[in-house]
Amino acid sequence: MSALLAAAPLTGGGEMSTGESVVFWILGPVALAGGLGMIFSRNAVHSALWLVLTMLSLGVLYMVQQAPFLGFTQIIVYTGAIMMLFVFVLMMVGRDASDSVVEVLRGQRLAAAVLGVGLGGLAVAAVAETLTTVGPVGLGPGYGPEARGNVQALGTSIFRDYLLPFELTSALLITAAVGAMVYTFAGRARRATPSQKERVVERLRGPLSGYGSRSGPGVFATADSVATPALLPDGSVAPASLSSIIEATRRERLDTDIADVRSDTGPASGVDARALTGHADGDGDRVGSTHDRLGEDESEGAR
Amino acid sequence: MSPTIYLLLSALLFAIGAVGVLVRRNAIVVFMCIELMLNAVNLTLVTFSRINGSLGGQIMAFFVMVVAAAEVVVGLSIIMAIFRTRRTTSVDDANLLKY
Repeated sequence: MSALLAAAPLTGGGEMSTGESVVFWILGPVALAGGLGMIFSRNAVHSALWLVLTMLSLGVLYMVQQAPFLGFTQIIVYTGAIMMLFVFVLMMVGRDASDSVVEVLRGQRLAAAVLGVGLGGLAVAAVAETLTTVGPVGLGPGYGPEARGNVQALGTSIFRDYLLPFELTSALLITAAVGAMVYTFAGRARRATPSQKERVVERLRGPLSGYGSRSGPGVFATADSVATPALLPDGSVAPASLSSIIEATRRERLDTDIADVRSDTGPASGVDARALTGHADGDGDRVGSTHDRLGEDESEGAR
Repeated sequence: MSPTIYLLLSALLFAIGAVGVLVRRNAIVVFMCIELMLNAVNLTLVTFSRINGSLGGQIMAFFVMVVAAAEVVVGLSIIMAIFRTRRTTSVDDANLLKY
């Protein structure tokens, strides 16, 4: 392999052609402007868009630098996936979540600017000498075994010489995906499952107890008159079964009926109000609904 | 012209990214500045690959891209977790790890 590489012709491409120079002098300042715009724009979404500009310029610069595979990967992965992820997160956080202008540390911005200019100056000075002294070799189109270009050579190298690191990156990506999911669900509080007793109590006494079908009048009572309220299992009167009409009737209007019920001699008028108590005949063993008594009356009448 | 001029561009981009990390308060923007620095280093690697006539730099840039993708996923989910509990993405407010 290495012998093949050594014997392969390196067909130049080291020096910059005129077209490449034009591309560089256009896209290089564009990339710098994108970086500066990202720093200086107040809005985070504008920062993301400036960074997209920088990354697109860098992708084109990779392509003209004889790295077409990395150029396309840059555009697809960085501007297509990573920056979309950034914009998604920015939209979830909220677009107006802009920076505070308050300077927490006194003079930090000035110090950062001075340090940044110093770092840039030092790095530029360190590599400025190479502008004239380094003779580039290049990865021209004739690169690689049988002169098939450097994309094929890159693939061969990744899947042959760097196979183990390449496989390790798959483990890294899976770990990152699982970690992201864990973090996504970490903030939610886990709700305890209520027991059956808690559910029953909530249904009968909780805010939902008023819904559903209510017990009708007289269901658990001794008579099925509307005036007879339903009884709850503990013997108390179910408030929901009380007739609002009867409750709203004045007491004086019911005096004759009450007297009828309390008397042993029977009704003064034609209606037997004692049916409301379930003791129509006064002997106490005939406890039942008025339907039962009506049936008995009919049978007696037939007899 | 020698392609080492790309190294100058890369150095300037890296310095811009470093200044952004120091200056900005929004955690997401700080993260974007880190991405800019990674891109600058990638440009350096690609340029070195071309200067030396060897593919090692391009392969390393490729792996840097993979690691950067994984880093972005985990970092943004951490930022989202902090945002859910603190309702802010400012790096000044995230001074406690749990609350």
